[in-house]
Amino acid sequence: MANGNSDTRPLSPHLQVWRWHPTMLSSILHRVSGIGNYLGAIALTAWLVMLATGTEGCIAFLFAGPMEWVTRIGLILLTWSISFHFLNGLRHLAWDAGKGFDPKGSNQRSVMIIAGSIILPAILWFFLLTGGVS
Amino acid sequence: MKSMMTPAKRINRLGSAKSGTHHFITQRVSSVALAIVLPIFVICFAFSGAPDPDAARAWFGSPWGAVLTLITMTATLYHMRLGLQVVVEDYISGSTLKFTLLIANTLITYGLLLAGVYALISLALGN
Repeated sequence: MANGNSDTRPLSPHLQVWRWHPTMLSSILHRVSGIGNYLGAIALTAWLVMLATGTEGCIAFLFAGPMEWVTRIGLILLTWSISFHFLNGLRHLAWDAGKGFDPKGSNQRSVMIIAGSIILPAILWFFLLTGGVS
Repeated sequence: MKSMMTPAKRINRLGSAKSGTHHFITQRVSSVALAIVLPIFVICFAFSGAPDPDAARAWFGSPWGAVLTLITMTATLYHMRLGLQVVVEDYISGSTLKFTLLIANTLITYGLLLAGVYALISLALGN
């Protein structure tokens, strides 16, 4: 009975009846991308340890054959997740400084951040996939 | 007014841990570190020749690759421990699962940091 709170006041916010707007979406995506980055950091650090111990051969199948594009799509999603968390994180620092709280501007910047988080990985992967480096 | 405490809180005795300000400030400081270092790391790592194992080993073992990775990895693991802690505290209400996840969060991030530092040192000195 850790949560034996018997009071019957309504819980908030009512996510089901909330009108979606860009700042709400970017706030939710900040947490989602944060968790994505967490998983990505675990994978990358584990791979670094494998490289140092010479045991990376046991995951070589991830980079060849049918798994190659599955892994690549995972990495593309990770670069989106990093880009979004990075751009929205910069805005969080501005918010912490007390700037950028106007609802209209916040919504506009949310749209710009979401667009930017797609454009940055697109540029990176354009060069990675066409520049002879895979 | 008698007391601001809810009945549940009175039983659980979970009040302020007095570490909220430290959490808030270190989360911001690590985010500033990442704002500077992460774009450089991502671009350098992306064009290092990874995921080819030998190219990646050479890059991680090079002086600039090792230092850049060490700084980025430390700031990232520190920052993500604080971030996931808040997510767990916000969404998990059962105390057994909550404390299990909070402890796992600490062990995973510090464990990865120590293993990663070892890996970087051995790549940098072994090459």
